[in-house]
Amino acid sequence: MTPPEETEVVGGVSGPQATLQKIDDDIAAPFESFPTTRWLAAFTVAKIGAAIFGISFVYTIAVGIGSWGNNNPVGWGFAITNFVFWIGIGHAGTLISAILYLLRQKWRTSIARFAEAMTIFAVIVALQFPMVHTGRPWLAAYWLLPLPNANGIWVNFRSPLLWDVFAVSTYALVSLMFWYTGLIPDLAAARDRATHRVRKLVYGILSLGWKGSNRAWQHYEKAYLLFAGLSTPLVLSVHSVVSFDFATSVIPGWHTTIFPPYFVAGAIFSGFAMVATLIIIMRKYFKLQHIITIDHLDVMNRIVLVTSLMVGYAYMMELFIAWYSGVAFERFAFMNRAFGSYGWAYAIMVTCNVILPQLLWFKKIRRTIKYMYPIVIAVNIGMWFERFVIIMALHRDFLPSSWHDFTPTIVDYGLLVGSFGLFLTLLLLFCRFLPTVAVAEAKAVAPGAQPTGGHHA
Amino acid sequence: MHDQDRKVVGMIGLFDEPNALIAAAEKVRDAGYTKWDCHTPYPLHGLDDAMGLKPSPMPYITLTAGLIGGCLGMYMMYWMSAVDYPVRIGGKPYFSWPAFVPITFEAFVLFAGLATMGGMIKLTKLGRWASPLHDNDVMVEVTTTRLGVVLEAEDPKFTQEAAQALLDETGCQDIRVLYAPEDEASEDEASEDDDAATEHGEV
Repeated sequence: MTPPEETEVVGGVSGPQATLQKIDDDIAAPFESFPTTRWLAAFTVAKIGAAIFGISFVYTIAVGIGSWGNNNPVGWGFAITNFVFWIGIGHAGTLISAILYLLRQKWRTSIARFAEAMTIFAVIVALQFPMVHTGRPWLAAYWLLPLPNANGIWVNFRSPLLWDVFAVSTYALVSLMFWYTGLIPDLAAARDRATHRVRKLVYGILSLGWKGSNRAWQHYEKAYLLFAGLSTPLVLSVHSVVSFDFATSVIPGWHTTIFPPYFVAGAIFSGFAMVATLIIIMRKYFKLQHIITIDHLDVMNRIVLVTSLMVGYAYMMELFIAWYSGVAFERFAFMNRAFGSYGWAYAIMVTCNVILPQLLWFKKIRRTIKYMYPIVIAVNIGMWFERFVIIMALHRDFLPSSWHDFTPTIVDYGLLVGSFGLFLTLLLLFCRFLPTVAVAEAKAVAPGAQPTGGHHA
Repeated sequence: MHDQDRKVVGMIGLFDEPNALIAAAEKVRDAGYTKWDCHTPYPLHGLDDAMGLKPSPMPYITLTAGLIGGCLGMYMMYWMSAVDYPVRIGGKPYFSWPAFVPITFEAFVLFAGLATMGGMIKLTKLGRWASPLHDNDVMVEVTTTRLGVVLEAEDPKFTQEAAQALLDETGCQDIRVLYAPEDEASEDEASEDDDAATEHGEV
């Protein structure tokens, strides 16, 4: 695949300096101008969503998790569905920033910063769900972390739920550091452009006194590479560990070895769809179409297509193994998944995740926003339903006497809808205050920015 | 004017063209300067070699911290599960190490990540906000579009004349003297500098 041409960046202006200046100006424009009414409108909607989240959260704590639709066989309902969904969303950010960096895919430059920010906000949102599910979040630290408690007993390190605690918290912290490292030179550039005193001070403090010194770049670049190297196995481990929550249990439909790769592929699939969903709006709104080009969207759509095939394979393989195993419980679990009480959710999942993305085989659809947009939205929906379908394996367990369907309550819906509000609030703030494209990286790949060789010692 | 009264801390030569900067860096390196640096808005390929910089020790820092973290993680789980309060779970041995592998790995990454961040800040000398380059109008140029070579006055070879000559020799068109920051006064002084009015390229 050929990297997209960056020459469009130049526009009508010639010369490398003009190019670099234009990159700076275009990326800085959103955070150097006054918020427009459209931004304020979007922010207001997002804040209403965040408020719904807050109210549902507080209500849950005040009344207890009995306010949710969870019941005895279905001990995990929306909360875990949302947790896995949001963690998965975050994974595309790490894939773009770390794995594509290691693979030297230059096109990632335009979308990496935005995707990384998305990772961090998605992980923040995801972390709310296990916290609220404990019912007593202020005590959760004692239950989740290996801290000495009154009984002198420690947490159970053999439980995948505890692996999750370590995996997700490490992931959150390392992603944050990776993101911040990437931001330092751009914050310095923002500092030097700033005309307002407060702006200069804040960006000045955050940029840690960066001077663009090559003696600093040398270590900086190595550190960035190392972060990419650390994040790559980390992101694969995180969703593998998330899948262990299910795979190491004895529930039919969960106890499968395919889960780790299937979850990782699904995470990348949903994450890319979410990046595309948001970046299409962002690039148009901030007029960054020449930096985040249709070529970038095309490449992202190809990744969506590839990962769609992967999850499609996993869906089929699950069914095949359930049949091939000859285990009556497994066979029942999968028949029930496809045709039982939640068969409609299974149908949504297959339609959105496997059937609709096949349209992306067509170049015209990959490169036309009005065609691709409904598809990536469908993938977002489909991937939420995938997690829902998996978790609903609980409603028909081994004992028919304990079978029970799950009906979400208004509080469940409040947390689900509200989580999008929380996420968008954070994302909109990011778009207002920080460079949404990695400026230094974009400059480094601009035409004429690098020496032509022959001068090397 | 009273520029002459202020302490000279160095000299900067500004370039617009990456090949020119690489060539200039090679010249300065070969002239035997030790306290000097290049400032660029983005990392420039080949500049480390041109400056004669030793490879960064970052990988060793990361690896060492990671190994320490992994060992500590495994030891923590061993001590808590098998020494301090052993609990028999699922009929497994107290030290059921295969179940401890995921957290050992996460501990490796956590420590390695923290050390990478810390080591990077230390080695790049970040967290020092005071510098003659800051509060100076060249800073915005080298974080925006232009490429600079700075010769510091602390270098034993530095004299204003020698530095000027060396930078002239590199073909630099825009050479400026860097002064120690002076409180309050620096802002109007900048505009009196001969070359300060240089435009950014053809914008």
